[in-house]
Amino acid sequence: MDWKGQKLAEELMKILLIAFGGVAFIAGYVTSSFGTMMMIYAGVVLFTAMFTAPNWSFFNLHPLKWLDPIEAEKYPKPELTTESWKKRNSKHC
Amino acid sequence: MHSFGYRANALLTFAVTILAFICAIASFSDNFSNQTPSAQIQILNINWFQKQPHGNDEVSLTLNVTADLQSLFTWNTKQVFAFVAAEYETSKNALNQVSLWDAIIPEKEHAKFWIQISNKYRFIDQGHNLRGKDFNLTLHWHVMPKTGKMFADKIVMSGYRLPNAYR
Repeated sequence: MDWKGQKLAEELMKILLIAFGGVAFIAGYVTSSFGTMMMIYAGVVLFTAMFTAPNWSFFNLHPLKWLDPIEAEKYPKPELTTESWKKRNSKHC
Repeated sequence: MHSFGYRANALLTFAVTILAFICAIASFSDNFSNQTPSAQIQILNINWFQKQPHGNDEVSLTLNVTADLQSLFTWNTKQVFAFVAAEYETSKNALNQVSLWDAIIPEKEHAKFWIQISNKYRFIDQGHNLRGKDFNLTLHWHVMPKTGKMFADKIVMSGYRLPNAYR
């Protein structure tokens, strides 16, 4: 996911859980059944999990632009010779 | 939110927090229920009234308990625990409470009842103060919730008296 997708997933999770959690409570209160409230809430959690946890494609609408490999090749890592090894290993920090 | 595991963990934790919040509101909603319980206790017979070898008085009674506790049940009630206690005063203690009978009522349908039994637990005094004693019979109840706060209350019925001599 990209950054905007992450933010969307997090906001969506909070809103879904709070709003539908409230719906579960009201449903249970109106029917005077604690069991109803618990079952509806379990359904809410599963639904939200299916919707926000996996990496759906609509979370990737602003994909990140990584550097091309060619840019990195322009600046190769320096190779260490034997003299620079000795110099390196004799330093006591 | 950087990986599936991260998001799944955040979701589960938040879901449990919301669940705790929902249970707290459910318990709070119990304060708004309208409770009108009623009860009556009759002493049908004093079976016997003796002094034990150690010097303590003991009484055996046959009680007739009628009660309607249906209005105590809310959607958040698991069971109601009710018990009958005899309360009286002696020179040694300002308040003596002896539990004579109790019951667990698991459902609203069973909360309106009529029962005639001898006392389930022995009525034994600390000493020999029971002759001619005036006492109250109190029906206590504890409404045990599915989540949250337990409410307890009682009805006091006075005017009972033990005989002046042992039988």
